[in-house]
Amino acid sequence: MSTNTTTLEHPDHQAKLLDKTSFGFWVYLMTDLVLFATLFATFAVMRTNVASGAPLSEHYNLPFVLVETLLLLTSSFTCGLALLAVRAKQSQLAIAGFGITFALGACFLGMELYEFRQLVIEGNSWRASGALSSFFTLVGTHGAHITIGLLWIGVMMWRLATKPIDANTVRRLTILSLFWHFLDIVWIFIFTMVYLLGAAS
Amino acid sequence: MLHLFSNVADGLLGRLGWDAFNHPLITWGGIIGMVGAVIIIVGLLTYFKKWGWLYRNWLTSLDPKKIGVMYLIVAAVMLLRGASDAVMMRGQQAMASGGGGYLDADTFQQVFTAHGTIMIFFAAMGFMFALINLIVPLQIGARDVAFPFLNSVSFWLFVAGAVLVNVSLAIGDFAATGWLAYPPLSGLEYSPGVGVDYWIWSIQIAGIGSLLSGINFFATIVKMRAPGMRLMKMPIFVWSVLGSMSLVMFAFPILTATLAMLSLDRLLGMHFFTSAMGGNPMMYVNLIWAWGHPEVYILVLPAFGIFSEVVATYSSKRLFGYTSMVLAIAAITVLSFLVWLHHFFTMGAGANVNAFFGIMTMIIAIPTGVKVFNWLFTMYRGRIRLTSPMLWFIGFVVTFSIGGATGVMLAVPAIDFQMHNSLFLVAHFHNMIIGGVLFGYFAGLTYWFPKIFGYKLNEFLGKIAFWFWLVGFILAFVPLYILGLMGATRRLDHYDASLGWQWLFIVAGVGVLFIMLGVGTQILQMIFSYFARRINRDTTGDAWGGRTLEWSTSSPAPVYNFAIIPDASHRDAWWWTKQHPELVKKPVYQDIELPRNTGAGIVIAGFTGLVGFALIWHIWWLAAIAAVGAIITIIVRTTNDDVEYTITAAEVAKIEASRSRA
Amino acid sequence: MSTTTSTTVKRIGAEGSVVSYCVGFVLSLALTITAYAMVTGKVLEGWPLIYSLTGLALVQMLVQLLFFLHLRHEDEPRWKLLVFDLMLLIVAILVFGSIWIMNNLNYHGHSLPKEGTDQYIIQDEGFEQ
Repeated sequence: MSTNTTTLEHPDHQAKLLDKTSFGFWVYLMTDLVLFATLFATFAVMRTNVASGAPLSEHYNLPFVLVETLLLLTSSFTCGLALLAVRAKQSQLAIAGFGITFALGACFLGMELYEFRQLVIEGNSWRASGALSSFFTLVGTHGAHITIGLLWIGVMMWRLATKPIDANTVRRLTILSLFWHFLDIVWIFIFTMVYLLGAAS
Repeated sequence: MLHLFSNVADGLLGRLGWDAFNHPLITWGGIIGMVGAVIIIVGLLTYFKKWGWLYRNWLTSLDPKKIGVMYLIVAAVMLLRGASDAVMMRGQQAMASGGGGYLDADTFQQVFTAHGTIMIFFAAMGFMFALINLIVPLQIGARDVAFPFLNSVSFWLFVAGAVLVNVSLAIGDFAATGWLAYPPLSGLEYSPGVGVDYWIWSIQIAGIGSLLSGINFFATIVKMRAPGMRLMKMPIFVWSVLGSMSLVMFAFPILTATLAMLSLDRLLGMHFFTSAMGGNPMMYVNLIWAWGHPEVYILVLPAFGIFSEVVATYSSKRLFGYTSMVLAIAAITVLSFLVWLHHFFTMGAGANVNAFFGIMTMIIAIPTGVKVFNWLFTMYRGRIRLTSPMLWFIGFVVTFSIGGATGVMLAVPAIDFQMHNSLFLVAHFHNMIIGGVLFGYFAGLTYWFPKIFGYKLNEFLGKIAFWFWLVGFILAFVPLYILGLMGATRRLDHYDASLGWQWLFIVAGVGVLFIMLGVGTQILQMIFSYFARRINRDTTGDAWGGRTLEWSTSSPAPVYNFAIIPDASHRDAWWWTKQHPELVKKPVYQDIELPRNTGAGIVIAGFTGLVGFALIWHIWWLAAIAAVGAIITIIVRTTNDDVEYTITAAEVAKIEASRSRA
Repeated sequence: MSTTTSTTVKRIGAEGSVVSYCVGFVLSLALTITAYAMVTGKVLEGWPLIYSLTGLALVQMLVQLLFFLHLRHEDEPRWKLLVFDLMLLIVAILVFGSIWIMNNLNYHGHSLPKEGTDQYIIQDEGFEQ
């Protein structure tokens, strides 16, 4: 029995694999959106259940969240460009692109953790009411996904730095980009439904 | 900040202590049986030096045919465990008129909780994924599923969940809340112990396995059909699996999120479903049934698909009404997301809401009716062979129609206000699950047994088993319908003697005994058929004169399924090929690439199960280490680019020549 | 959408095009700032604000689907699009269904004083006075 590594030797096989994997990951992302929808539905139902606390809108710092939003949006943009570099087999450019994406994502996460910490210090932790539980869980689940994405970017940057770009790398970075873009799309709705609409009501 | 994380002050083993082994006598009986069985199996494997064989040929295999058999074994074991819970309940209620009986209230509550949880998540889902793994790739003319490694991970996550449920018997308790664990009863205040946590993590972990399988098989059916097999040429079983997997994909994330929220209430002191501080327990009921209703259609759709295959084959006639069957599957799939409130009509949403969901519930009965008529029309003027799968089908038609009718009754909110949580409801859903899901899966197992194992099951014993099951089912559940109509509430370990209901419970108990005779006969059938396998060998691969592609391979199929990917441009592709033998070309073999075995799935699932166990017992350091272990294993796996091996054309030719084929 | 507009969008949205990402980025930026400004500038309130903000969010999602995720560029058969549409349907049912149900439960329960509840039920279920 001969061993066979899946390299660029079989372009047709690789194209089919990319198509299949990209589709499968897309389907997974759809299921993740249903998970977020469940958390959104819960937030929608429970956002006014503040027990003896203040309405949630009083905890929001809108300029702060705007900066977070712009950071994440920019990271989605740089991720797209980085993927183009990968397809063009430009390793250095790709590492730079994903590095910037990582940095922007890490800043986003840092700001979010800071926001959470402020809330907790003020006594508005996830234990204070149903509304705060649902807020922390919805926003926190998004943050957990970002964290996994950052870990994934880190692992892939290592791969880019230590190996020439092959079909496997392209395939994996394609689905990582899908993941990262989707996290920004979810954030659009968190930004709008949780923060903007919350502050407006 | 540490005060925000409850129970941080526990010791090295969290809240695990010697009191975890405090069990009533009857539980010790179960533990000894379970541990004894494990010791015997481990002993046999060691004595016959079969560990290496087991690891190399089965446990690390990414072949869906092997994974399917493993699912079957685990599902069978869990079915036996769930059935023993049922026997205990029937026995308790038959004996315990006006108090007494042999089970105390707390144990009884754990028994019915474990019964429901095990039967739905491990017996039924396991059986379903077994048949899907074994048959779908063959039926679509593919060599494998879309994501073989993910398939292995899914199976082992399923096993991890099953292990947690079984460990809960010995170490600690199980939930005593009913199989859906409504808060506030399942919240920290009213269930502070480990039981509910065991429930949460066993089904959370198994649920993730199911979700990944749903994605996997959906992608498989979409992307890996043989050339020419357009959607409207697929076997109806494949259509039914497509519908079921769509439901898995969209419903299981709801379960994941809801269980996560309950666990956050319990672990981090959140207030999603608590009775104070802004919690809303009714939201849990809403969400859990938004998953729960699609779940029952997830289970029954493949059973319907099996009947489509079985009835067509044993009527020697093509399935009547293919297009309407497909439309019915599509309708059931979409509608199953529009009825979930009928599980909590009595929670008080008001007439408009109840009316909408009541009407939708009645509508969803219609496509199922279409399917039943199509099967009957298939039989009409066919050359019918009354084999045991056909008996299971006829048993299904009779029982499922009655159960469906009681379902339409329950769909009327005014009636449901009387029948909700009565034994009438219990009889209805067992009617659907046993008469529909289980009878269907039994028919499928018998029908496809020769394809999977290479020999047919003993028909005589199969028929006897069917009659025991049918008579047993009627005796066990018709009394429950009557009791429910008379006002008997579910989940009670005894009823007042003055009600005069005792004799009905005794009849139900006799019914369960008949079912146990049925199970016993099936076990006997397995053993007997194994020893008689040379006589009942399927030498051609086409054991019943089948119509679909799985029957074109040898029995069992070779590891690569098809040496040459078949041309599947016609409905009932194999039947068409048999009618046109002149079009069969001489095969030219090529190298075939298949995924290598790997133990990574076992390791990932093992770590995940350990995370669950650690979170249950609040052993935080263990949870952290196990989580990191799982993540590292995943990352290491992704660094491995050499994941396939090749079977050369010459080897393929040899395998094809040596095996008997159609 | 006319064929010329759709082919233009397709060309801009083409996989492997820097232009597509830049257009998507600029549009998303504009939509985000607009939504933010509407709230901080108190331009609208109540239901008009809710509809506007939701609309802006949906448009931005569409922009990112087209220009970052190249959804229009999928070859036939368009399975990704189908699965996406199904997901939207399920999400809509789940979110709006849950809100409808839970809202009804709340008012039928105890969140309003008795008189308020009675009035609401009479109105909602159309009892003739």
